[in-house]
This record gives sequence, structure tokens and C-alpha cells, in this order.
Amino acid sequence: MVELSADERAVAAGERGEGAAMALRIVAEAARLMGAPRLIPIASAHIDGALYHGDSGTLFAERLVEGGARVAVRASLNVGALTPAGCAAVRLPPHEHEMARRMMRAYEAMGCEPSWTCAPYQAGHRPVAGTDVAWGESNAVVFCNSVLGARTNRYGDFLDIACAISGRAPDYGLHRRQNRLASLLIDTTGLSPELRRSDVFYPVLGTILGRRAGSAIAVIDGLRDCTTEDRLKALGAAAASAGGVGLFHVAGVTPEAPDVATALGGEPPRERIMLTPGDVAAALAGLSTAGGTGRIDAVAIGSPHLSPAEVDELERLLAGRRLRLPLYANTGRHVLAPLERSGRRKALEQAGIVFVVDTCVVVTPILPELDGAVLMTNSGKFAHYAPGNTGYAVIYGSLSECVESAVAGRLVREPRQWS
Amino acid sequence: MELTAEPLIPGAPTSGLCLALTAPISFWGGVDPRSGTIIDARHPECGRNIAGTVLALPGTIGSSSASAVLLELVHAGKAPAALLMDEPDAILLLGLIVAREMGWPTPPAFRLSAEEQKALSGRRIMLSATGRLAFAAADGETSGG
Repeated sequence: MVELSADERAVAAGERGEGAAMALRIVAEAARLMGAPRLIPIASAHIDGALYHGDSGTLFAERLVEGGARVAVRASLNVGALTPAGCAAVRLPPHEHEMARRMMRAYEAMGCEPSWTCAPYQAGHRPVAGTDVAWGESNAVVFCNSVLGARTNRYGDFLDIACAISGRAPDYGLHRRQNRLASLLIDTTGLSPELRRSDVFYPVLGTILGRRAGSAIAVIDGLRDCTTEDRLKALGAAAASAGGVGLFHVAGVTPEAPDVATALGGEPPRERIMLTPGDVAAALAGLSTAGGTGRIDAVAIGSPHLSPAEVDELERLLAGRRLRLPLYANTGRHVLAPLERSGRRKALEQAGIVFVVDTCVVVTPILPELDGAVLMTNSGKFAHYAPGNTGYAVIYGSLSECVESAVAGRLVREPRQWS
Repeated sequence: MELTAEPLIPGAPTSGLCLALTAPISFWGGVDPRSGTIIDARHPECGRNIAGTVLALPGTIGSSSASAVLLELVHAGKAPAALLMDEPDAILLLGLIVAREMGWPTPPAFRLSAEEQKALSGRRIMLSATGRLAFAAADGETSGG
């Protein structure tokens, strides 16, 4: 049974308005269902609930606004269904377009930051290690827990904004230190150092992590000096799409894993997996669904949203050439604004790059409707969701292969050892 | 035969034909929020409609947008008459909590083991507010459980 403080009971009874009361009652009811004994204060929130799924979500957000609700903590916003910062056109029918717009406006009216990105941690929202937060969006949750060391469960629609308004979250799960220890050890030392130091490996590793771990916590060994922040971002995003991963550790890299033994809490692992080149090849093959076709209709990168470093790399690989196929570069306004100011945005668009900002191509209709269409991507998350959400079959490849294919207008593969 | 299911989200007494799913389901991507039809091509009950049924769930696959789909079903009048869950899934049930806060007619949810759910498949079920569960008199079949 969840026990509320006197202050929390007063808020739930309407002392600070009906919006705040509704939010606190929702958090308390969620706590009851999760078996949490109490609510705890949170330092920030990341809100995934402003993506339009139907009119009811818009009506809920507007009810909170009518009730005077305001967020009590810093709250960044995940992607919406529209792209207010411009760029690519969204093909939502008029009613859905209007309801999506009203929803985004309602969340901004409650004081949420119009960050509109699935990589808030690269847009200046980085909670301190050890603090409790309430974050939504599976890749942001796993990055926040694993790479930043802040503590969050996977907060879904409605509960994310309710926590942000009440400044409270149910005390259970990954908020508790003892629930953050690894029980599974994944050893990558059987793979070549070259592979472990390549960007293209991390979405594949993430897919293996998601499949093997499910919602259990793993510590990965053998990646010291191999990772970058963008590689960890790609690893977590793929793991959270292939399984229910909310936290992973990388020995010698992530903050709660100075070494394997610490991440395991001094206990032997429940299971130890020695990755083989065969495991990697199987996961790699599973990321592509297009079969043996050489056809490609479009390229999409940036799930999670591209960082400035990833745009730099895109520009370097493009090397002033023009694209034959559209390359959709999904990113946030925090990345686009500096590109705009420096004139780089215009140059990249003239080369054939289509920036998709504040949203992305798998959550809202942007890709043209084509029969038998094929999308190439370097994102494990796009590879996982594009077939169901867009109807496009996918081909997975490195960023370099994506750019070369977009330049050539057909699939270009580069020799690589997957071992 | 009489069973008692533990109330998770209380509500008014209700009744309906029991649709007992034979595999876990993800509401997001698995159920059409406008019609209540199961649309996950890999689900054994694909094509069945959950609207108005006593929906027995042996398990749920937790997309964080499952609650949004359930709220949308309630708003569209296509929600089940009641939910029976092997394990309470807080993300899914949040859809009912929010529906209740919005003042919309909200179906109740109860906890009932997957094993006990099987015996209810295809039967017309009456549920009291406290979770007492009985076969409706109109049910022509002989007691199966």
C-alpha cells in the first residue's frame, strides 16, 4: 500500500488546483499497482507523451492545462508528430494534424521545454549521477540510467507528465540501488579489436543485448577504450528496441561499472555469454529485411537524433558530392540551429540531404508511399521499427555504406570483417 | 463453478463474452485503437475484436504506449467490458486510471491467473464489483472448467 505524505495528500485533494491533483492521483495509483511503498522526489523529467496516437491523449493534456497544471521540475520533450522547425513535410490528414498540433501546444503550455528530441542528453539535459528522474522514450531511459548514472524506470505516456507536474515518482525498480546490479555477463573479447572499435558494431551488439537480456541487466566486458558517447547511444537504442532493456553496464566505461565485479555486486553472474563471430553475423543478418535486392529508395539516419559529431562525419563522408537518393537526416533543433547559422545546412540540403527536425521518419508519415520500397539505415532502432511503421523493408549498413549508396543510387557494400 | 478475481482497477458490475488470448500481446502495434481489432499478424487471435469482451490476458508485452492505446479504445467506446490479467501491467492499466480521471466510463480490471483464464474462454461471464466471477445464465454450454 502506498503511503502519501501530508503534503502529497493535500495536493491530491486539490490544494494546488485540479491539474496538479489529477497528476498526483495518477502517480499514486501507478505506485499502488507497481507495489511502491511511497513516492520520491525527482530532479527532472523527459516527456514522451506528446507524440500523437489519437485524440484521447490530446484531450488529457488539455485537461491538465485547463486545471492549471505546470511542471514542477525541468521537463524536456521527446519528438512530436509534426515538425514546427520546418524541413520535411508531414503527410498527416487535417484532423490528425490539428490534434497533434494542439497536443504539442498543450505540453509546451505546461512549461515543458520545446526540445522535441529523442536525444535530450545531447541537447543539454544531463541529470547528475545518482539522482532520481522520471524519463520516457526507451533510448533516453537506457542512456540516462547506463551512461549518465541517473536513476529512472521506463516511464510511459501519461505517467511521465504526471511525475513532472507532481515532482514525484513511485519508489521502485531502478530507483533502488540494489535493483541496478547486473546478473548477466556478456564477454566481447572473442571479437576483433577492429570490430569493437567500429560504429557499425554497436547497433548489432545492442540487438544481441536486447534479445539475450530481455529486461534483465547485463554488464558487457571487453569494450574499454572502444566506445564513444555516440556508440553507447546506438547500443542502448538498439537494445531497448530489441528487448526491454532499461539499464546496461560496460565494464571500465559506464559510471556504475568501474569493473565487472562491481557491476555484478560481487556475485557470480546468473549467466555468462561469450560472443562469437557467429552470434554477430546472425544478429547482423536479422537487422535487414529486404532480402537480396539491390534496390534502395531512401536512406535514413539519426535514430536516436544525430549529434553534431555525427553530422560532421556525414559531411566528411559526403565530401562535396551530390546524392542520387534522398538521405533523411533526423535530428533536433539544437543541432540544426548552429548548422543554419554557419551556412552548412544550406550546403548539405543542396547536396540532397533532407533534414527531419523535431520528429523522425518512423513516428510520423514523411517517407513517400511506394510499393516494395526499401530503406537503408545505420540505425538499429530504425531497422527494428521501419518495416512495421513505414512499410519499407530495411537494409542495415554503416554510415559510410549509407552515404556511398545514396551517392551511387544503389546498394554499395564495403569489405569488412565481422569477427 | 465460481471464481474470485482480485480487483486491480475497481468498477461497476459487468458482463461479456470471454475472449481468452492464447499468447501475450502488445497493445501498441497489436490492437487497432480505433476498432479494437487485434492487428498483430503474428498473434494467434489476430483478427478478433476485443471491444465489449471480458478480455483475459495471459501476458502483456510492455510498450510504453500501451496505455495510450487503451485510453484511445475507452474514448472510442471500443474497450473491453473488463480486463483479466495474469500479472498487473501498470503501464497498460494507466490507460484505465487516466480514463477514470477524465470521467469516461471505465472498465474494471482484475487479476486472474493464466491457468484459471483458460477455463473461461468463449463463455459469457458476469463480474461483480468485488471480482466475483460467474457464468451467465444465458450461457448454454455445460460448465467446462
